[in-house]
Amino acid sequence: MTAMQTVPRAAADGGTGGSRGVAPANGATRPGEREARRRAQRIRQQLVAWGFIAPVAIYMVVFYAYPLFRNLDLSFRDYTLASFITGEAPLVGIANYLEVFRSPTFWPALGNTAVFTLGSIVVQFALGLALAVFFYRRFPLSTTLRALFLVPWLLPLLVSASIWAWMLNSDSGVVNAALAVFGIPQVNWLTSPQTSMLGVLIANIWIGIPFNLVIMYSGLQNIPDEVYEASSLDGANGWQTFWRITFPMLRPVSAITLLLGLIYTLKVFDIIWIMTRGGPGDSSTTFAIWSYRLGFGGGSPDLSPAAAVGNLLIVIAFVFGIIYIRTQRTTEDAS
Amino acid sequence: MTARTKRILTSVVGVILTAIMLFPLYWMVNVSLTQPDRLRKDPPDLFPVSPTFDGYARVVQDQLPYLFTSLVVGLGTVVLTLVLSAPAAYALAKLRPRGGRVVDFVMLIAQMIPGIIMAMGFYLIFYTWGLLDSIPGLILADSTLAVPFGVLIFTAFMSGIPDELMSAAKIDGAGAWRTFRSVVLPISRNSVVTVSLFTFLWSWSDFLFASTVNRGGGLQPITIGIYRYIGNNTQDWNAIMATAVVASIPAAVLLVVAQRYVAAGVTAGAVK
Repeated sequence: MTAMQTVPRAAADGGTGGSRGVAPANGATRPGEREARRRAQRIRQQLVAWGFIAPVAIYMVVFYAYPLFRNLDLSFRDYTLASFITGEAPLVGIANYLEVFRSPTFWPALGNTAVFTLGSIVVQFALGLALAVFFYRRFPLSTTLRALFLVPWLLPLLVSASIWAWMLNSDSGVVNAALAVFGIPQVNWLTSPQTSMLGVLIANIWIGIPFNLVIMYSGLQNIPDEVYEASSLDGANGWQTFWRITFPMLRPVSAITLLLGLIYTLKVFDIIWIMTRGGPGDSSTTFAIWSYRLGFGGGSPDLSPAAAVGNLLIVIAFVFGIIYIRTQRTTEDAS
Repeated sequence: MTARTKRILTSVVGVILTAIMLFPLYWMVNVSLTQPDRLRKDPPDLFPVSPTFDGYARVVQDQLPYLFTSLVVGLGTVVLTLVLSAPAAYALAKLRPRGGRVVDFVMLIAQMIPGIIMAMGFYLIFYTWGLLDSIPGLILADSTLAVPFGVLIFTAFMSGIPDELMSAAKIDGAGAWRTFRSVVLPISRNSVVTVSLFTFLWSWSDFLFASTVNRGGGLQPITIGIYRYIGNNTQDWNAIMATAVVASIPAAVLLVVAQRYVAAGVTAGAVK
């Protein structure tokens, strides 16, 4: 690739050099020499540049590509406890994947992953956008309050998950105590299969609001004031301005926020694991949880099926990742 | 209604919204100060009636080694991330390497890989290399959370440094490394702070890698400390929440000291 790019460009440069070299009859070799020197310099420059990049490039191969490869390899083998000692595991083809597809956990996990991901990003986005619009009005204290809104996003996920686990506790949780004031009977948030998904969703939405708020706020800042001036001159009210002007102009930022939210939410593990461990039963088990439970959830590790589940997750993440990058590119081109 | 009262009313609404948003944090502090025998009270006390610091005494008694491990791992991850990402970003931003766009693309994609997949790969690799249950192993694993982010943030920032500065350094006889160290790095101080803060926070907060590649180690981070509490003794929420408060300190410090860097980091990660 590199060589192929170099050759035509050198030829093209040589061509112009040659045509220029026609006038001075004695300078026939000099453009060639200069060209060679320039090429040597270019190669040197490339070497220096790649010298700076080399450590990270090697790092990415050893600590990203290699683990990914090992994971892929793992999913096509039957890796058992004995394999740790012998270092050998028989190839079993797609048996692990078939086992995963046939597992009674597969469909619930797929459904839960979809509900958890879509539920999270839609609500986070709606609340984040509403708050961004609210804070954009710049009232006294607005900067400080907006900063405080970031806190949940900065906390260790494990901390947030623990707080919510206790707040949603059936007997002693403050959420049920608050509901009781309105006469709502005790909800077994995390211990009943009907509500466990809702419980972890609430916690995850809380954590995701700050991110959406910050990004949508920066999106609002990029809308020129003149647009609002024009719309108020035309007599539009706040509601009309939002739906006819603000929201359409935020489309590119919104797309990126939603896609990033989607990619991040697919990966969520800590929150669900701390709050419910994917239970009761499989009622809050997503692909990430299922994979972890198979591999590290206690009992004998079932690394090969765990890797297979993980690889399904990565396929989903990559599909949306590609959409994200394409969206970002078109946004950049448009602006 | 005058514009002034309207603005003040908006402030009041803003304070209420913030209070609702931060209520779980208040609750964490409240529970951390509540007497264990009052924890199961129904309805729960809305503020610590007779506050106790027993929970925090438990933290000092049980959790100091975990906190120390987290600090070491966090700092190690920051150093590794900076050393790897800043020079590479300089080259990507200013030295026009062939294939630079591919590197950028790889960094974007790398951030999308679910941690659980990396964790399984690391588990096998570290088993072979004897890095399981070790601090260096955890630092290496945690650094994968931050290195692609670091490269992208640094590249975005360093692209904005005027080329004239580079040319000036070159005329003065500085090589690429000298230019990087004496010109580019000092100017990039803000992005160094941003990357360091986020890297430390992610490493400090990591539970997934800690619970896989360091599940049986003698030195484990604070996230495992809390997890042990939850697993061992679900009655002891007073001590769990006290640990949670202590584990939240870096986030709080970060927000107070470096709020503008935080917002910059969030936005830079998404919309460059």
